[in-house]
Amino acid sequence: MASSSNLINALFIFVLAGFIGFEVIRRVSPLLHTPLMSLTNALDAIAVVGAIVLVGEHKSTLSAALGFIAVIAATSNIVGGFLITDRMLRMFKSSRPAAKP
Amino acid sequence: MTAELAGSQIVIEVVYLIASVLFILSLKWMSSPTSARHGIWAGEVGMLLAICGTLLQHGIIDYRLIAIALTLGTIIGIPLGRVAMTAVPQRTALSHAFGALCVTLVGSAEFYLRAPDISRFLMSVLSVEVILGGLTVTGSLMAAGKLQEILPQRPLTYKGQNFVNFLLLAVALGIAVYLVLHPDARGLFPFMILIALAFGVLLIIPIGGADMPTVISLLNGYAGLSAAAMGFVLDSKLLIIAGALDGSSGLILSIIMSKAMNRSFTNVLFGAFGQVQGAAAAGQEEKPVRSATAEEAAAILSAANKVIVVPGYGMAVAQAQHKVRELYDALTKRGVEVRFAIHPVAGRMPGHMNVLLAEADIPYDRLIEMDEINGDFPQTDVALVIGANDVTNPAARTDTTSPIYGMPILDVDKAHTVMVIKRSMNPGFAGIDNPLYYLDNNLMLFGDAKAFVGSIVRELSGGHG
Repeated sequence: MASSSNLINALFIFVLAGFIGFEVIRRVSPLLHTPLMSLTNALDAIAVVGAIVLVGEHKSTLSAALGFIAVIAATSNIVGGFLITDRMLRMFKSSRPAAKP
Repeated sequence: MTAELAGSQIVIEVVYLIASVLFILSLKWMSSPTSARHGIWAGEVGMLLAICGTLLQHGIIDYRLIAIALTLGTIIGIPLGRVAMTAVPQRTALSHAFGALCVTLVGSAEFYLRAPDISRFLMSVLSVEVILGGLTVTGSLMAAGKLQEILPQRPLTYKGQNFVNFLLLAVALGIAVYLVLHPDARGLFPFMILIALAFGVLLIIPIGGADMPTVISLLNGYAGLSAAAMGFVLDSKLLIIAGALDGSSGLILSIIMSKAMNRSFTNVLFGAFGQVQGAAAAGQEEKPVRSATAEEAAAILSAANKVIVVPGYGMAVAQAQHKVRELYDALTKRGVEVRFAIHPVAGRMPGHMNVLLAEADIPYDRLIEMDEINGDFPQTDVALVIGANDVTNPAARTDTTSPIYGMPILDVDKAHTVMVIKRSMNPGFAGIDNPLYYLDNNLMLFGDAKAFVGSIVRELSGGHG
């Protein structure tokens, strides 16, 4: 799977995504740092795709069992993370009434 | 890979690409509260696309088990999305633990599926994945326990602590290197994970409650990096991108938090702050302080033009934020300009204080960051400090012997009048005496934050009608 050209590709992606992340997150208002953390947490739970494949392919009992728990853990992060981020952002209101649509 | 397979594989990869773009947009839209909710939608759509794309994958045969796991995860996730806002820090720590658990389990499963037929590179990143993942699982659980106050908040230190920690990490890395060279030694793998789990516990034990904002951010970064390592193992670009985004987010927040506390990373992790605290608390002398009643405080506040409220975690502990909002309303109605000065470490995690005040319906454009508001204190009539202590301590600016010397603070002492709501003269969380309280322009308002703010509000409305 991981041939050396795949490895180089992966490293390129990792480094470039790290740069994008750095530049994008530097611009996030400190006002929203808590929702930012719960959002990145939900996005990070994309690891669920790896766990889904483990469960779905069912190559061994062990891999399916570990994958099963992993899917539960990641899904709870996705659901809980998006829910609480949404709840928090809903609370942020401006004092200018025009901001309300 | 055969030609007919490549077709569906391309579709899946394109779906992953779209999901990656949506994830980046999602974070970009978090830059302002007006666009932030688009960010959630982008994230949700990206996530849904990625999961659906994955379910299309050719090798998947067992959908029933996936459905059960997704359902169970959702059932656990919903209450975790509904916790009280004061409990968000421990919830976040818990979700770091869940994320890292997923990564560690998938890494372990991949190892047992592939070993001993595993390349050296793959074994190296897999080791990084499970070691980082493992220590994040237990480290985050410990942090959550401390924040929930199930575990003692005080730092626990013992002689040779750092030596033991380094030794454990070295053994884990040693096993990793051995497995890279001899992947057939499958029996060693569980030991590597157990040591990583133990290391996570020992790493957090010496860290005190005041350092939690940095620790949470750091664990966030670790969780992201372990997910990125998992992306390398599974050759999943989407996962590498999501992990890199999360990792850089955690890193940036950790840097901001350590700067706000004037500490270095290594100092937070290996410094054992607790010892400094004990030394500083000693040697207090009786100095005169001036105090005022709620009636006097209300009179001073209503005579002011500009007021800056400085909330600290003590305000949230006393559940006073809703009373503070009533005070904000009463003063605004009288034409007083009220703003809130937010120190980066005012809550238990980055940005926590903003969420607590927003929950009490205080408009976010009234919440001003430290760097922006510090220049305004000399033109401010009243600075009202509620449940904050060290972040207002002028010794951080002037006293080179103070343990918090150099820490950026809110310059409340420069306001014409400072009023501090505090239970007693006992030194705060970090045990450091605050010379602010003995200044001529300072008034102490002794009492419980919620009750005291409530009586000020009563005085204000009583005087009005």
